[in-house]
Amino acid sequence: MAANSADTADAKGGLWAWINKRLPVTEFIREQLTGYYAPKNFNIWYFFGSLALVVLVLQLVTGIFLTMFYKVGETTSFDSVEYIMREVNFGWLIRYLHSTGASAFFIVVYLHMFRAFLYGSYRKPRELLWLFGMAVYLALMAEAFMGYVLPWGNMSFWGAQVIVNLFGTIPGIGPVLVEWIRGDYGIADATLNRFFALHVVAIPLGLLLLVALHLVALRRTGSNNPDGIEIKDKVGPDGKPLDGIPFHPYYTVKDVVGIAVFFILLAIIVFFVPTFGGLFLEAPNFEPANPMSTPEHIAPVWYFTPFYAILRAVPDQRMGALLMFFAVVVFLFVPWLDRSPAKSIRYKGLPSKVALTLFAVSFVVLGYLGLQPAEGLYVVLARIFAVIYFLFFILMPWYSPIGAKPVPERVVYHAH
Amino acid sequence: MADHAVVADDVVDLSRRKFLTRATIATGAVGAAFAAVPFIESWMPSERARAQGEPVQVDLSKLEAGQMITPVWRKQPIYVVRRTPDMVQRIAGHNADLKDPDSKDSTQPAYAKNETRSRTAEILVLVGICTHLGCLPKQRFSAGELYPSWPGGFFCPCHGSRFDLAGRVFTGSPASINLRVPPYSYPNEHTLLVGAEEKGPA
Repeated sequence: MAANSADTADAKGGLWAWINKRLPVTEFIREQLTGYYAPKNFNIWYFFGSLALVVLVLQLVTGIFLTMFYKVGETTSFDSVEYIMREVNFGWLIRYLHSTGASAFFIVVYLHMFRAFLYGSYRKPRELLWLFGMAVYLALMAEAFMGYVLPWGNMSFWGAQVIVNLFGTIPGIGPVLVEWIRGDYGIADATLNRFFALHVVAIPLGLLLLVALHLVALRRTGSNNPDGIEIKDKVGPDGKPLDGIPFHPYYTVKDVVGIAVFFILLAIIVFFVPTFGGLFLEAPNFEPANPMSTPEHIAPVWYFTPFYAILRAVPDQRMGALLMFFAVVVFLFVPWLDRSPAKSIRYKGLPSKVALTLFAVSFVVLGYLGLQPAEGLYVVLARIFAVIYFLFFILMPWYSPIGAKPVPERVVYHAH
Repeated sequence: MADHAVVADDVVDLSRRKFLTRATIATGAVGAAFAAVPFIESWMPSERARAQGEPVQVDLSKLEAGQMITPVWRKQPIYVVRRTPDMVQRIAGHNADLKDPDSKDSTQPAYAKNETRSRTAEILVLVGICTHLGCLPKQRFSAGELYPSWPGGFFCPCHGSRFDLAGRVFTGSPASINLRVPPYSYPNEHTLLVGAEEKGPA
């Protein structure tokens, strides 16, 4: 009898019902999109999460196509990239999309992270969401670094040399660890080959897993918003948040506009300034790797330069490497360092506003200094701004509660 | 039927079950650790990489005084300098400006742990890789080339580390230790063997 009624349902609903009986498609759409309530007061800062997802897909697709033409190996890598650029049909476009996409990824992620600092998105109950986001960021750094080595240009080689040698500063196991990472007595074919495997297979798999966890954690707590209020606390008689609107169609449509703007900007860079004045692709990387010739001036790609400036600002090498590591890891502790009663910068006191401004300025200035040679005034400035950078975090438990204003009951929203 | 009744009445020994679960997890973890060994080991330099790291012979007969050649040993540039008597003199006299003047914390064979950091005062043999982060220091051998009191030596363009004509690091450099000295020997008067001592390959 049961079988009969199922058969009738299949016959009635057609293919859609047939699928839903076997795969919860409608249920998924209802739970995750049309029935998922997001705060109605999102602003421009809330574009960057979905944009990061778009860039991830862009990198996966262009990356898959690049592997079809790229030949890993110390004698073939550089030539195969030139082959892609000159002879593969539209190879230049795919490669520039991938290299520009890498920088775009970091721009989007940095803005996404700054949003979290603005509105306290890392605060309870979103600590795990923040930690998964940070894990995504760390994986992204590893992915970007190894990807930069693959064209086997001279900056690829020397960048790898500098970064891998950082592990040599670890007391005791350092020298063996460096040999283990390289698989040779210097950066060599073995190093290139394993970086390729990690860049193309291992880290992307890890990234996808971490992004999935980030999204699952987001669905659990719901999005924060510019007022830093929990919309779940004020629900209407239907049990739905009074200040929430369904993610679909409201935010899917909004995000599509953001994506369109993003692709316009991406296209401008890809077609007109793909190297972005040496910031996205550095000039020495258009020469093949040469272990016997260090480029006159080694600078990493812009997204690592704030940390690189901190590394060089310290006169002791072990201390420099440690502080650089700390400059990244300190982000993990922010949910517990921020003690303000208000989440959003809108209701925090003046000290928090000044501190966040100084931090943003020091991050940008350090990024600039990391591109400059390590000499004279540049080093002095790097030291000053590195101190500001760390004070933002270290003093946060003390300055963050000062001058907090009362937080409104409902989100501030003006209908357009 | 009777058997079923016995099973139903049987009391589950939870502590026994807990112990077995933990023992299984522990055994599995040890097994996983052992299984990881070959994968981790695979990243160490291969037989081929090790074979290519054998000692390198360098002909010194054409190396003029004050000049440097850079043969390659184990993928690393080796700086071989024939120091002039003047250059040897310029090694002394600035110990106060050095981080490790006596090479206590630095890496060198016992026979190079001396004032000139070499077997003979004339020939200097160094691994030409900055001990900071691995760039190639450039030769700045003339006195006063970098600044008036500069005694001559090496300068790393990447992060500004400075070394004297014995490869010893100056204070104020990001590098903490002196340039490394590889193991080397002289099989005959005009030949330098990098990577091997009298007793055999390093």
